[in-house]
Amino acid sequence: MSKTAIIIGGGAAGMETASQLARLGIEVDLIEKQSRLGGHLNSWDRLFPNRRDSKEVSEYLELGMNDGISLHMNTEIDDIRMAGERFTLALRDGNELYSDALVIATGYEVFDARKKEEYGYGIYDNVITSVELEEFFRNNKQKNLFEGIQSKRVGIVHCVGSRDEKAGNLYCSKLCCVTGVKQAIEIKELMPDAEIFCFYMDLRMFDRHFEEMYYEAQEKWGIQFIRGRLSEASENPDHTLLVKLEDTLTGLPLKMKIDLLILLVGFVPSPETQRLAAMLGLKEGDDRFLCAADEHTSTNSTAIPGVFLAGTVKGPAGIANTITDARSTALQVAAYLK
Amino acid sequence: MTFNLFVLPFILGFIFLLFSLVKKNREWIHKMDSTDRKKLNNGLRSPRLFLALREIFFESLLHRKMFRRNPLLGYMHMSFAFGWLLLILFGNMESRIYSGFWINPPYYPIFLKFFIHDKHVLPFEIFTVPGFFRFSMDLLLVFVLSGLVLAIIKRSRSKWFGLKKTTQLQFTDKVAMTCLWLIFPLRLLAESFTAGAYGYGGGFVTQHLGNVLAFVWPLSDKAVAYSFWWMYSLSLGIFFVTLPYSRYMHIPTELILILYRNFRIYPKKGSEYFSEIEVLSCPRCGVCIDVCQMNTAAGIHDIQAVYFLQSIRNQQVMEHITTRCLVCGRCQEICPVGIHADFQRIVQRESFQKLQVQDYSYLIQESTRKAEVVYFAGCMSHLTPTIPGAMKKILDIAGVDYLFLDEERSVCCGRPLMLAGKSSQAQKLVEQNKRKILDSGANTLVTSCPICFRVFREEYQLDIRILHHTQYLLELIKKGKVPLQAYFRKIAYHDPCDLGRGSGIFNEPRELLRKIADLVAIGNEGKDSLCCGGSLGLLNAGTEEKNRITKETLANYLEGDPEILVTACPLCKKTFAKLSPVEVMDIAELVMEAIPK
Amino acid sequence: MKSFGYTISEDRQIDFDANDRNMTGFINSIEPSIRLCLGCGSCTATCSAGHFTDLNIRRIHTLVQRGELQHLKKEIMKCMLCGKCQLVCPRGVNLRNLILLIHSALEKSGL
Repeated sequence: MSKTAIIIGGGAAGMETASQLARLGIEVDLIEKQSRLGGHLNSWDRLFPNRRDSKEVSEYLELGMNDGISLHMNTEIDDIRMAGERFTLALRDGNELYSDALVIATGYEVFDARKKEEYGYGIYDNVITSVELEEFFRNNKQKNLFEGIQSKRVGIVHCVGSRDEKAGNLYCSKLCCVTGVKQAIEIKELMPDAEIFCFYMDLRMFDRHFEEMYYEAQEKWGIQFIRGRLSEASENPDHTLLVKLEDTLTGLPLKMKIDLLILLVGFVPSPETQRLAAMLGLKEGDDRFLCAADEHTSTNSTAIPGVFLAGTVKGPAGIANTITDARSTALQVAAYLK
Repeated sequence: MTFNLFVLPFILGFIFLLFSLVKKNREWIHKMDSTDRKKLNNGLRSPRLFLALREIFFESLLHRKMFRRNPLLGYMHMSFAFGWLLLILFGNMESRIYSGFWINPPYYPIFLKFFIHDKHVLPFEIFTVPGFFRFSMDLLLVFVLSGLVLAIIKRSRSKWFGLKKTTQLQFTDKVAMTCLWLIFPLRLLAESFTAGAYGYGGGFVTQHLGNVLAFVWPLSDKAVAYSFWWMYSLSLGIFFVTLPYSRYMHIPTELILILYRNFRIYPKKGSEYFSEIEVLSCPRCGVCIDVCQMNTAAGIHDIQAVYFLQSIRNQQVMEHITTRCLVCGRCQEICPVGIHADFQRIVQRESFQKLQVQDYSYLIQESTRKAEVVYFAGCMSHLTPTIPGAMKKILDIAGVDYLFLDEERSVCCGRPLMLAGKSSQAQKLVEQNKRKILDSGANTLVTSCPICFRVFREEYQLDIRILHHTQYLLELIKKGKVPLQAYFRKIAYHDPCDLGRGSGIFNEPRELLRKIADLVAIGNEGKDSLCCGGSLGLLNAGTEEKNRITKETLANYLEGDPEILVTACPLCKKTFAKLSPVEVMDIAELVMEAIPK
Repeated sequence: MKSFGYTISEDRQIDFDANDRNMTGFINSIEPSIRLCLGCGSCTATCSAGHFTDLNIRRIHTLVQRGELQHLKKEIMKCMLCGKCQLVCPRGVNLRNLILLIHSALEKSGL
């Protein structure tokens, strides 16, 4: 009987791992708890650094979903048992699936901004997250997001829920800075006479073309960058916001009226990732993301033979890196199954 | 002949002890200020004297509070304290029978069985007067010895007594303790050897033990018995001499403490003598060690109240012992003697801060508008905007004429400075706030922060009503000014340290919550509640240590499986929200949610 | 006396090597969390005294690290010790203790 693999999670990582494995002739079961594939990719409008349409990437991933892949949508896992080299997955609907290899690609969630109470998310009207902004751009359904905003001052807050001991997350979520700069440019495109401010601690423009995007944001689009971390935001009677921070580069406290505040929320490991990790006994780091077998040389396998990792279960990562990582996982799985 | 050389160690020790105690007490009375001295004089002439004696009987002798916590520990302490007292009393009465005098030298009843050998009384004879006393003395001796056995076991197996950690002893403590432990076994042996050597005169234990000893050890005669009387006297004498320098000083000092407490004399700023009394009253029983979360959660073992007080006594107070304390009140709450460890901690902090001045001259007088109620949210509420936000909405709905005093910017209430030992520096802040509150003409001051609440009540000397927002909200609801509808299932309530133990407000928040939710029962509630770890009293601790305390407290609440953890303090809320898997809400927020839209 | 048209102006650089950083070492060793500061400025932004005066705790911290002690005493006297700075700090720096330690260190060095 030929060996099979089960991939848990139908986001970018899961989809790409599945399609690569199918190409190599391996039977794959792909389990997804929602009713559609794509994961967070479905929420994004345009991807950095070139601001191309995310639907193009979604289409590419969809292309790989061929007959060699059995899709199990709306499916959740109750239990996983390991016997020798076989895995038995007990599904919520009562069925069981078997395989010789398991890929965990259950991804991440974004930080719940309500935990940063002092920024007013969920309390004041005009505070939204970067995810909500992205969804607005994609669906344009919240047209009133910018309607009625008088002086059109938009503030973008970096590091919300990341690099923050008080939020329980010491790590940097990597991608929020470039997201913030990208969204700043996109808002400016939409509202050319708006004033856009990025309130940052550092600007992590680490990948190719990121630094150039920052340059473009300043030179071409006039985005203003203020180095200071908001201590609190309060609401004015007219529902505009008053933000307080220190302008560290001048060394003076600064307060400013803002019409719309956008919080760049970071990555947190998804509860599903943690639940599966507990079931399988997978090692978690201090940041609660999963640990691969070796940080440099085996970033796709785990200490448990037959259990592999792909994508953001290991930590914050962008779409490009996730797809590359998924291909690497597929190769490891194929080699293991031989 | 009722004197022998061997009684000398006892007499000398006894006289030394008496002198030390009298000297110390005179010193303390001398250091009292006029208010306290007046209270002392009045107290001695009032019925409160009997209340004091009653408390001494129930706590110092019977150890009632300790019994409730742990019957085994309570029995152990009671057998020593009460048993020894009864031995002395009964011994005195018995000696009157034989000497015929009402007044005997103090050593006479103690060493009675050396001087008197009554062959007319049998060991089990209870119904004659001398027989009754003979029997009782032996019974009491067994009583005390049973406690001694427990005390010895406790030193090596404290876990059996519910104590995970027991106090580390100093040298003088060890000497005093050894002598104390030897006193009663030596008495038993001395009396038994004597009874055995004479063949009569002992009680139901001592006579039979004496007979066995005489049989087993044929050399035994009055000389051997005599050596044991010497050892008995020496152990007593050395114990008395070391007592003032050891933990056992708590025995006489505790009595003074109870007396003064019943006369309404309390620790207050400047009463150094009272601090000394409290320091000496510490029996080093160690129950404060296990309740201290710095120990159980953060793994810090050298700052607990018992060690802190010990360091004051040794005049070796190190700054870190004063600063690494949550000032949560748990040790104060459980102390069987009632020592105000928190207060003393802050007193010591003051001594390290004497020369360091603050300058608040930048605070200018500001005018306030008039209102009936002043709402002071507190510094921390700026970082938990849901709390003042909810309060504003509720106060509007209830139609209250209020002034949100610190809406724009707040002058700190001053308690954080006081906790750091800078209470004299805090006065400028107190004045600034007080002036604004009084200028508004309000009759009620409502605050969301228990830290502010406590300092308003204790230090501000305001004549108006001062309420925490849980109390005020309950009042508004009872008056029908706030309509409630929604009902929440399974919430757990956290008593903030400064609101619960610190101010005694346990019932009103619960009464309020029961109108809108199902309260889940949890261990460590009310007076036993745990600290969130965010304490402003903790001046010096690492993030990891504080997180461990938070987690320990959270685990306690999560046991009841609540859906929401409700608290009444912005600092607690922020501290829990960092690590809590369940939602954390303030009572004001919950009330807001319960109001129909 | 006629002024010759030039004055001696103070070099306003931080001369890192000339600064006495003993106090820095002392404070850093007692409160290691102080080394975690990344200079975000949340502390200064939320400061209670900052509403009334120009107390800047982030700057104070940085100056201590550099050994620039001249105006520290006057500045830290303004602090109300309310603890808001500590509550917002994303690195968990124990800022209240920093103020108390600076007081203590200044006192010890007779400043």
